[in-house]
Amino acid sequence: MSSQRILTDEMIAEIKAFFPRYPTRQAVTLPALHIVNERLRHVPLQAVVEIAELLELAPAEVQDTLSFYGYFKQDKPHGETRAWVCRSIACALRGGEEVMRHMCDRAGIHQGETTANGKLTIEAAECLGGCDFAPCMLAGETLHKDLTNEKADEFLKKAGV
Amino acid sequence: MPEFQPVLLANIDKPDSHTRKVYEASGGYSALKQILKEKTPTEVIDLVKASGLRGRGGAGFPCGLKWSFLPKNHPGPIYMCVNADESEPATFNNRILMEQDPHQVIEGSIISCYATQASTAYIYLRIEYPTCYRRLEAAIAECYAAGYLGKNILGSGFSLDIYVHRGAAAYICGEETGLIESLEGKRAWPRIKPPFPAVEGVFRKPTVVNNIETMACVTHIAARGAEWFKSIGVPADPNNPRDAGSYGPKLYCISGHVNKPGCYEAPLGITCRQLIDEFGGGVWKGRKAKAAVPGGISMGLLTEAELDTPLDFSSLGKVGCLGLGTAAVTVIDETTSMIDFLHNTCRFFAHESCGQCTPCREGTHWSLSMMERIKAGKGRLKDLDLLLEIGDTIGIIPGTTICGLSDGAAWPIKNAIRKFRQEFEDYIKETNPTGYTVTEAVPALVPLTVH
Repeated sequence: MSSQRILTDEMIAEIKAFFPRYPTRQAVTLPALHIVNERLRHVPLQAVVEIAELLELAPAEVQDTLSFYGYFKQDKPHGETRAWVCRSIACALRGGEEVMRHMCDRAGIHQGETTANGKLTIEAAECLGGCDFAPCMLAGETLHKDLTNEKADEFLKKAGV
Repeated sequence: MPEFQPVLLANIDKPDSHTRKVYEASGGYSALKQILKEKTPTEVIDLVKASGLRGRGGAGFPCGLKWSFLPKNHPGPIYMCVNADESEPATFNNRILMEQDPHQVIEGSIISCYATQASTAYIYLRIEYPTCYRRLEAAIAECYAAGYLGKNILGSGFSLDIYVHRGAAAYICGEETGLIESLEGKRAWPRIKPPFPAVEGVFRKPTVVNNIETMACVTHIAARGAEWFKSIGVPADPNNPRDAGSYGPKLYCISGHVNKPGCYEAPLGITCRQLIDEFGGGVWKGRKAKAAVPGGISMGLLTEAELDTPLDFSSLGKVGCLGLGTAAVTVIDETTSMIDFLHNTCRFFAHESCGQCTPCREGTHWSLSMMERIKAGKGRLKDLDLLLEIGDTIGIIPGTTICGLSDGAAWPIKNAIRKFRQEFEDYIKETNPTGYTVTEAVPALVPLTVH
């Protein structure tokens, strides 16, 4: 395992700022994973080891939690933009899966993959709670509402695909 | 009943409705000030008990009663977890409250913490709601600045911190003990109860878990009184001692094949048809409804003929649904295949089963596999019986699992097949004309080749 530290001083300070919020260090696991993930777009195993050290846990405890949630990628970063296209019932009834297929075709990738230029990852999401705007997609912090193929094309262009 | 005026959504269309300034301009935080000055914590619990408020998260447990399960004279700390993991498909009322009127939720949370003497509250928020996160964080900061949070709130001697804790896209974190485990930094495996969270919850301390909308209701009960709340909705059935009534205003979500999907406020007990026609603008494209999900997909299905069922805590069970759930109605029009509907729900639960209990982990995955097979034109009539067997045997109602996720997985299977069996049979016969009668076991796995 690489001896080079992955967590920056800034990340460590941000993680430590969560300590006073909880009576245990372990409770900072999810906040720490989010802090690393927001910057690196994944949480490599070395980061898990370093988070565990900060939280006074065994790396396996952090890894156990991380692996439970499908949210954190580990092997390689997701694209610069991570697009979550909703596939749950309210969106599916209004064409969500068709938009998903269209986007993947245009981007030349399968669901769950990242474009070769690293710009975009397209993933299926379970209900995003945007059913009043179905079909919808969450990309970064933006909820894309009432999706159509045309809107999806515009989005892909902006995302650099 | 006089014309119903929205209360929970009264402010959401005002410009900057998410700020303290706008919230206070319409009387926000006056209830908190009055409660802290005039009522003891026990009196607040009694007030909420008297209002008949039942939890809005899905289970409908009486809120004041839940609070009263906390041990008396506990040295503390006591924790409050506000459940904002809203993940039940087609549900988004909590999102609207947190985005458009977060102070309403926070005021109710502070009052609830005072009542239960909780010293720390965690708002467990799903990661899918980034705008809610920004708005809640900003609103909490405004509250610290105003002295509504922190030490010795408004000179009352009561102190409280509220933190937002973000999840990581797992449906099971909405189950209260799954939420607690996740908050502690572990995999979100629900706990066996007892002990109930009120006795031993997060960090092994007494804990209350309440939904976002429940917190908003507490704000209005504190401001307007228990009698006001009880004057809205459906009274308890005097002939049924177990009916706790369906009181108060409710946020109904409507989605799917309607003209105006959205979140609307109405007294508890409006019928599904009223919601579709009066709020949802009717079924889209001039079509007819074939079915509707009454309260998130976990609750099962209403047929067109059952749409006059009131959406309250006691009526949905009478037509075979699991309950009111999150009161999120999804309308399915006459052109939609029930095979596609059931495939979608089975896929959701197979993805979201946490894997802890075998009947749920295996049952949800096998039901998806069978629905894949049926959808692909390889279905057998026998599969419908196998699916029903799964539906009838997974969950806390038959008693085979720790939490209710798999009851939620079972209900759409049971309702879809029992209420629309002919459609399933026709589809199977049509798409698999030579094999639909086969009953021999299908090999579970491709045998491994051993070298």
